[in-house]
Amino acid sequence: MSHSVHSHPQLDVQIERKFVPKAKDLGPDVSWAQINKDVLRSLEKPRPAFWIIFFSALALFSFGVYCEVYQYQNGMGVADLNNPQVWGLYIATFIFWIGMGHSGTLLSALLHIIHADWRKPIYRYSEAMTTFTLLTAALFVMVHLGRVWQFYYVVAYPNERWVWPNFTSPLVWDATAIGTYLTSSLLFLYMGMIPDLAICRDNARGARRALYKFLSLGWQGTDRQWGNFKVAYMTMACFLMPLAVSVHSIVSTDFAVSQNPGWHVTSFPPYFVLGALYSGCSGIITLFIVLRYVFRFEAYMTQPILNKLIKMTFAIAMVWTYLDLIEYATTWYGSDEVAKADLVYRATGDYALQFWGMIFCAMVMPFTLLIRYVRHNYTVLLIISLILNLGMWLERFQIITPTFAKSHYPWTWTSHWWPSWVQWGMVAGSFGWFTMLFMLYCKIFPSVSMYEVKEMVHEQNLEGKLAQPVSEHAHEAGLPEGGQA
Amino acid sequence: MSKQAVTLALYADPDEAAGALKELRNCGVPGFKMDDVIIKSPIDHPELSELLNHRPVYIQLFTLLGVLFGPTTGLVLIASAQASFIYQSRGGRPIVPFPPDMVLTYELFILSGVLMTVISTFIAMKLPGNRSPLYNASVSEDKIGILVKAKPENIPQIDEILGRHNPTEIKGDHTR
Repeated sequence: MSHSVHSHPQLDVQIERKFVPKAKDLGPDVSWAQINKDVLRSLEKPRPAFWIIFFSALALFSFGVYCEVYQYQNGMGVADLNNPQVWGLYIATFIFWIGMGHSGTLLSALLHIIHADWRKPIYRYSEAMTTFTLLTAALFVMVHLGRVWQFYYVVAYPNERWVWPNFTSPLVWDATAIGTYLTSSLLFLYMGMIPDLAICRDNARGARRALYKFLSLGWQGTDRQWGNFKVAYMTMACFLMPLAVSVHSIVSTDFAVSQNPGWHVTSFPPYFVLGALYSGCSGIITLFIVLRYVFRFEAYMTQPILNKLIKMTFAIAMVWTYLDLIEYATTWYGSDEVAKADLVYRATGDYALQFWGMIFCAMVMPFTLLIRYVRHNYTVLLIISLILNLGMWLERFQIITPTFAKSHYPWTWTSHWWPSWVQWGMVAGSFGWFTMLFMLYCKIFPSVSMYEVKEMVHEQNLEGKLAQPVSEHAHEAGLPEGGQA
Repeated sequence: MSKQAVTLALYADPDEAAGALKELRNCGVPGFKMDDVIIKSPIDHPELSELLNHRPVYIQLFTLLGVLFGPTTGLVLIASAQASFIYQSRGGRPIVPFPPDMVLTYELFILSGVLMTVISTFIAMKLPGNRSPLYNASVSEDKIGILVKAKPENIPQIDEILGRHNPTEIKGDHTR
């Protein structure tokens, strides 16, 4: 008996529609050998823009070092840090950098757990961003101490009289959490890099080969190594998810356990975590555009991947906006009159410009991401991603400075306090330090994961085979046109 | 222990490599076991690994040990450090306050779990280690290598099986 596979015209349309291919994250003509070639080339011959960025960063960093030496020799007074403004830009920028560090590893781990393949070309540099932002943030803790040689007092370690630090202090929690996060992120980054380091080892010469040989530990890509590697990588991803959430929640307790008004809203921990994710995602977009151009990664850092990244950033920005508005509403309708006065002061007082600047940059500007032209014009997108991060930096500034300026006691009130050039220099220096380290990393280590992009290509090819329309399957199976058996 | 020879076949197509593995499974060469077959590839190929005998992964067991050891030891150390100031006046506050101590305990739980995972992974992957003499750099690029250890007298038969599936190259080290 002859049997029709899909003889009805409407059924034909339905079946064909089912196999309409999705927009692919990578182009169709990427071969595995080409992936190796492109990524390895990035380690040798970047565009001249690399050196422009690197030396600009070095200049900024040098200015930061000069400011630190100046402060070290002349005392903390030159930073204009005094009661009640004891934190200033140092702690605001510390929180900014810690926040920036969250998206890299957290998103990499989250997207790995849910098997979101589009993360593969961009996760490596995001994780590197985490590592270097944490190192940058750690600088501010030491700079802010003044007596930098006593930084170990914040670590859970007894001093010379065997007096342990106060384990109930959020500063000790902070140091432990950040130390744990840095260690885990570094190991996560390194572990994920081992197969790629082996590729570098097989293709490099001279000192580079010796470095890659040492770091790749003799990886051969055996089935046993891959089996263990996959399990270990997934396990570490599962650890990093709650760790990242806990770290920024702990940072929020630096504020929440103090006596200052405006820092006691219940939603503070998730607000901090979302703020961290938001600024981190904006940072990933910035670096996406920079690396795509500097290292010629056009074939891997594609528009579909950027679109997904932008959508995620927009969603996170909206949740963060909601939590920020919740904070204002809770304070406004609450019974804490001092906190309410603090809120009014933020919006109308000496730092109103920063407050409304934050509202504009971090709450209004994300809506521009909905415009197709913005998503496709990389220069405009680069500027917007920087504006988003400016907004997030202003958010940290306006959490700290206005609160200290008008706290509980009127005799501590200050008006028009403004950080000195030493603090601004140190902030500029931190951007130089981060950029310098990050660009050096990208010049020495593969910033796109070669083996995972190969996996992506492999899966895309398999999907492509499966997604062939039924009539093609029928043709391959030797069935006549129309599927008649 | 008798001397073993090694042969390595490189394949450009995973389907061909799978075909070679299936034939090796059923080859019936005396003394040959699938445990002596190693796949080397630029990416993980679970569909090929399934054709080998089951190779268990024990990493999670070590992770479990880490997550038990870390917080327990951490809490004991923190609490004992706090208890060493038992004669200090605490103004009615507990000497060992468990709720705030949970923060550091939690961090140590994660840290210990991560460290044990990493250490056990390196042990399981036998890293750091030396590459085999037959290591071919193309397995880190785009080829799939099937490395077989067998008695020297069985190698021609193994090579014949491997050669039936369009390898790009077969090379051997018959001197081990």
